[in-house]
Amino acid sequence: MNNQGLQIDDRGRLRHFLSISGLNRQLLTEILDTAESFAGLTEQTVKKVPLLRGKTIVNLFFEASTRTRTTFELAAKRLSADVLNINITQSSAVKGETLLDTLRNLEAMHVDMFVVRHADSGAAHFIAGKVAPHVSVINAGDGRHSHPTQAMLDMFTIRRVKGPDFGRLRVAIVGDILHSRVARSQIHALNLLNTGEVRIVAPRTLMPAHAEALGAQIYHDLRTGIRDVDVVIMLRLQRERMQGALLPSEHEYYELFGLTEKKLAHASPDVTVMHPGPINRGVEMDSEVADGPRSVILEQVTHGIAVRMAVMSMAMSRRKDRDE
Amino acid sequence: MGIVPGNNRNRICIHGGRVIDPANAIDALQDVYLADGRIVSLGNRPDGFETDQEIDAGNCIVCPGLIDLGVRVREPGQEHKASIATESLAAASGGVTTLCCPPDTDPVTDTPAVAELVRLRAETAGKTRIVPLGALTRGLAGEQLSEMAALARAGCAGVSNAMRPLVNTLVQRRALEYASTFDLTVFLHANDHALANKGCAHEGRVAARLGLPGIPEAAETAAVARDLALIEQTGVRAHFCRLTTGRAARMVARAQFDGAPITADVAVPYLFLSEVDISDFDSRCHVIPPLRTVEDRQRLREALQNGVFSALCSDHQPHEPDAKLGPFPSTEPGISGLDTLLPLGLRLVNEHALDLDELIHRLTCGPAGILGLPYGTLSIGATADICIFNPELNWQLDTHSMRSNGHNTPFMGWEMQGRVTHTLLNGELVYSLD
Amino acid sequence: MTELDDTGIIIDGMAKQLQELVTRTGRNDPAMVGIHTGGVWVARQLHAQLNISEPLGSLDISFYRDDFTRIGMNPVVQPSQLPFSLDNRHIILVDDVLHTGRTIRAALNELFDYGRPASIMLAALIERDGRELPIQANVVGRHVDLQPDEHIKLTGPDPLRLEIKLTP
Repeated sequence: MNNQGLQIDDRGRLRHFLSISGLNRQLLTEILDTAESFAGLTEQTVKKVPLLRGKTIVNLFFEASTRTRTTFELAAKRLSADVLNINITQSSAVKGETLLDTLRNLEAMHVDMFVVRHADSGAAHFIAGKVAPHVSVINAGDGRHSHPTQAMLDMFTIRRVKGPDFGRLRVAIVGDILHSRVARSQIHALNLLNTGEVRIVAPRTLMPAHAEALGAQIYHDLRTGIRDVDVVIMLRLQRERMQGALLPSEHEYYELFGLTEKKLAHASPDVTVMHPGPINRGVEMDSEVADGPRSVILEQVTHGIAVRMAVMSMAMSRRKDRDE
Repeated sequence: MGIVPGNNRNRICIHGGRVIDPANAIDALQDVYLADGRIVSLGNRPDGFETDQEIDAGNCIVCPGLIDLGVRVREPGQEHKASIATESLAAASGGVTTLCCPPDTDPVTDTPAVAELVRLRAETAGKTRIVPLGALTRGLAGEQLSEMAALARAGCAGVSNAMRPLVNTLVQRRALEYASTFDLTVFLHANDHALANKGCAHEGRVAARLGLPGIPEAAETAAVARDLALIEQTGVRAHFCRLTTGRAARMVARAQFDGAPITADVAVPYLFLSEVDISDFDSRCHVIPPLRTVEDRQRLREALQNGVFSALCSDHQPHEPDAKLGPFPSTEPGISGLDTLLPLGLRLVNEHALDLDELIHRLTCGPAGILGLPYGTLSIGATADICIFNPELNWQLDTHSMRSNGHNTPFMGWEMQGRVTHTLLNGELVYSLD
Repeated sequence: MTELDDTGIIIDGMAKQLQELVTRTGRNDPAMVGIHTGGVWVARQLHAQLNISEPLGSLDISFYRDDFTRIGMNPVVQPSQLPFSLDNRHIILVDDVLHTGRTIRAALNELFDYGRPASIMLAALIERDGRELPIQANVVGRHVDLQPDEHIKLTGPDPLRLEIKLTP
């Protein structure tokens, strides 16, 4: 059971969307193109299409997240699907029901798709391996492993802002790479789209051991890391990192790795600034950058809905040979 | 079982087999004669020997019963996974006549009562001999010493803190010193818990890509370094259990070369699998300590071959199916390995990682020496623990052929070459392949 | 492969029929909507010939197809453009080929998501047998009889040409 075998059916169509790794460039481009159609829709008066009418989509969130869950919910509703939100906190899981039991109970209610967020790496893969043949699984983030829809909306944004030729782009991802599923997915996607240069920038404590296995160039200094880059993606720094003896303070992090207009001067003159959100102002970047002309952070949010609509509808459509 | 009721002489002749007994440097086609639970002769029929039972060992190898240093029988405390009854049977069908279980039972083996319970239950099941290890510290909590003398008297072959942390080095020093008072061997699991930091995979290229919390090599080597210093300080006889890194093997080799009373073993899965095998989040490969790099695997094989590791064990950890059904990090670690100890050992021989003679040594007199027990040999007068196996017999490991209660193994479905045909414990036939 | 007569002549005929229809029914000041892609090409010419003041609307019915789960997503979808309110308007809906009727069904569903027209008249450049739904055009450019293994296709936008081909 490898990534490819699980995600793609025998006709090369998307069945589950679990990780960027295991997919191919053609499929990624197809997702981006499909998202383009849905993006046009969000600007219309009639935003809803009947594509997934009658289908039931369950947001199965084992990790609390209002933002991601809301965008998936909105995406599903705009496809006219019925949406069920299930938040399983630590305590209810502890009270007895195994993950597998929860799954089986939901499947008995004839659910068509699970959107899963879980604190364990590999959780979405595990669930995808256990569901019935007609059910699809979308990974909304598993541990530190993968957040493929985030990566796709970031690629969609880059494509819209910089054009379809990723080969001439230099992209830097800055921040807590070690704990970031977003970064891992972004690196895979950028590499699959043949991006000119992919760089990761972080202090050593926030860089995974054997980071070279990820497929990006490693930098420990922000200025050299973003020199001449066309896109800077800032990652969110979680407060817990200070407790875990990974960083001395947010202040020092901001001094060294926080994005300011001054530091951005090292990048290409028309650099684009991105962030998966939510932003810690004054830590990852200051407000001047976050709200400035180079920032496309709000567009990312809008694109998130179109991309998720694309992925959901692609995963639910099964191609069979056309009848006459 | 093949014993004539009322006849306690039980005279058995094992004929036609190739006898390999590394303890006595024997490798020859010979018959073996047993009586009263002991070996009475090799090769020549003793005068007046009337055979009660003949065992045909044609095309088979006859060697001392195998000794497995790392077996969790899950009793007492975790009987939903397995029990002494089920795992004794698995042991016997795998040719294992003596197995050693760590003290992390529930309750912990820190009182003679638990140690005796385990030994007695094994005797009742009558399929294999269980030698418990006693707890090094009370409750394995790493704070107070346990009553090691009493544990030794109750049949413990040594003491160990199992995989529980020994954070306080002063306590560790004192525990080692106390153990050495009674000439007890301390069985160490080298793992620095803080460095391991709740990881579930080797901190390497695969864990980096999969975003799995990693356990660095240093978690083992830092602990080994600390342990070596304390071993030297205290003069205790020590054994390192289930080392996983090439670097740690080298450290142990150097200490052995310098004359330290140190032995070490390696577990079978680490000689076949590596971090690459968890690339699919296969929870059957979730083990602690984790599967390391391909280079480490090669270094471990070399250390087994050249004797730095004088024993090969299974690190048997049977689980119920639920324990492995979940996302990788939340599954319970461990492989059920009793059934595959010998067959995978033979595969090592087929892959030229070691000679047949070396393999049998690591499975018999090697571990016996570590335990300081008079098993693992076919000397005249020795206890008749015997393993007879056909090295050419092909079979497949599946849910039917696997005898342990735990089927959690990534080797499920593998073709095996070499299978036990008979096992004798104390001169009695406790298993035959029918 | 066969070509049909000058498509322009067929469209001229349609424009005349539409004019007569509008006059006869009193459905004044209709707006026009073409279905992507061929219907829009035809509609552009009709729109000009009928002097319709409102800009031409266009529909992409990909999201409304009933065979979505069978044929999968078509990645390139043009957003529908309806630059006028539909409520209480008379609408002329234009498509290139009327065959099973499913495209028109999808188009009707989509139009009604936008508003509630007073009436909808269907004008099809080509009509062929094989209806699977009870749908008919008010104005037909030409009726064509085809073999089961043939299909007809409009290419364009300039020049507009009708071709009959064997179904691959």
